[in-house]
Amino acid sequence: MGDNKRRFVIPGEVITTGPYRPEQNVILEGKKIIATKVGISEIYDDSVKVIPLTGKYIPKSEDLVIGKIISHSSLSWEADINSCYVGMLPGSDVFGRNFQPDTDEMTSKLKKGDLIAARIVNFDRSRDPLITIADRELGKIDSGELVKISPSKVPRLIGKQGTMIQAIEMATHATITIGQNGLVVVACENPDGLLKAKKAIQMIDEQAHMANLTDKVKAMLESNSV
Amino acid sequence: MGGRDSDLVLLDENGIRCDGRKVDETRNISIKAGVLKNANGSAYIEFGDNKILAGVFGPRDVHPKHMSDTDTGIIRCRYHMSPFSVTERKNPAPSRREIEIGKVIKEALRPAVMLEKFPRTAVDVYVEVLQADGGTRCAALDAASVALADAGIPMRDMVSACAAGKVADTIILDVNNEEDQAGQADMPIGYMPNLGKVTLLQLDGVLTPAEFKKCLETGIEGCKQVYEIQKQALKDKFFANGEQ
Repeated sequence: MGDNKRRFVIPGEVITTGPYRPEQNVILEGKKIIATKVGISEIYDDSVKVIPLTGKYIPKSEDLVIGKIISHSSLSWEADINSCYVGMLPGSDVFGRNFQPDTDEMTSKLKKGDLIAARIVNFDRSRDPLITIADRELGKIDSGELVKISPSKVPRLIGKQGTMIQAIEMATHATITIGQNGLVVVACENPDGLLKAKKAIQMIDEQAHMANLTDKVKAMLESNSV
Repeated sequence: MGGRDSDLVLLDENGIRCDGRKVDETRNISIKAGVLKNANGSAYIEFGDNKILAGVFGPRDVHPKHMSDTDTGIIRCRYHMSPFSVTERKNPAPSRREIEIGKVIKEALRPAVMLEKFPRTAVDVYVEVLQADGGTRCAALDAASVALADAGIPMRDMVSACAAGKVADTIILDVNNEEDQAGQADMPIGYMPNLGKVTLLQLDGVLTPAEFKKCLETGIEGCKQVYEIQKQALKDKFFANGEQ
C-alpha cells in the first residue's frame, strides 16, 4: 500500500517534514509532523493523519452513537455514551416544544437502562455533549443484542463504503446499528444469524489490523458452523 | 554516599562493573505492552532485576470532583512498591519516598501528554513495583509511558528514562542497586527522544560541572536506547501479525 504512504507509527514519531496540513492525531512541531497516537499514518496530497489503533471515544458533532440512559433530572436525561463525557438529552427533544418539566413524567418515555440510538448535536470542550433522538433512524432501541467493540475499530467494521457491514447483513439477515462510540446493536429474527453476526463483529474487533479481513469474514459467514 | 560496603569492587581495572557490565552499558531491558485486560492501557517492564507493572485509565471522570479542571485534563500517578519487592518486607502503606516518586513520575509525564484535549477529565497512572533493584523510578517511567501510548492517550512524544551516575570517579550508565548504595552520584533522567527535551532530572550526590555534563549526555544516550525498546514493545503489540 505504498501509494498513499501508510506507515505504522507510535507517539512522537516524525511522519514527514513536508508542507502538509496536520489532521487527526498529528501535531505540527516546527516543520515536523508528529504522530500523537499509536496507529497508521496516511499522507494525502496536502494533509497527514493517523488512524488510531487504540483509545477511547471522543464525541464529535454529527456522530451516531448508542447510549444507555443512566439517570435523569426533571429537565434532561444523562446517557452513557462510552466516553469520558456523558451525553445530555434534553426533555424537549422527546416531549416536543411544549415540554413542561413540572407535568411531564420523564420516566414515561425513557427509563434508566434504556438503550437509545442518538446523534451528537453539539460538543465543545466547555460542556458535556448534547445529543438528540429526534430523527427518523434515531430513538429508543427495543430489541437486539448489544456488542461492545473498540471505538477505534468502528471504521473497519463498516468497511470501505460500508462493504463489510453490508456483507454481514446480507449473509445473516440481521439489522446492525453501529454507534461511532464502539457500541453495536445486532437485531435478527433468526437466532443462528444473530450468533453469526455477533461472531463476525467480534472477529473484526480482534483482527482489525489484519490484511484481507473482508475475505476472512466472508469465508466465516459462508461456512455453516456457528 | 561513600562506601557502605567496602569490600565491593564497583569498577575493576578493566573497566568492568560489579555486575559485569561496561561503563556505558545498560542492563537487559524488556518491555511488553498491553498485559492487563481491565486497564485501558498497560505495560510490564523488566529492567535488569527490576520488575514493574504499569496500568493506565482514562481519560475518565474526576473523583473527587473538586480536583477537576475546566481548562484541561489532569494526570495523577501512584507509585507503589509491593511488600515483597525488597528483601525486608516493605510496609504497603504509601511512604514519603513513594509519594515523592509518584509526583516525580507525574511531572515527567505531564509535558508529553496532551491533557488540554480533555478538559474536566483525569488520566490515572498506576505503577506497581514487583521487584526493585535500583533505578525503579526510571523503569517505572518507561513502563508508564508505554502504558499511556497503549491506552491511546494523545502524546507529543514518548518519555524514555534512564539513570547515569558516578562510581569510582567514573561516569557510568544505568546505576544498579549496589552502585546506588555505594557509588558517588545517581542521576535519573527522563527524556523525550524526538523532541529532545528533558522532563525529569534529579541528582543525588556531588558532581563537578564537567562531570555533570558528561553524566547528562551519558544518561540521554541511555534514554535513546530505552526508546528503541519502547518502540519495539508497541510495534510488537499492535503490528505484530501482518501489515495493513
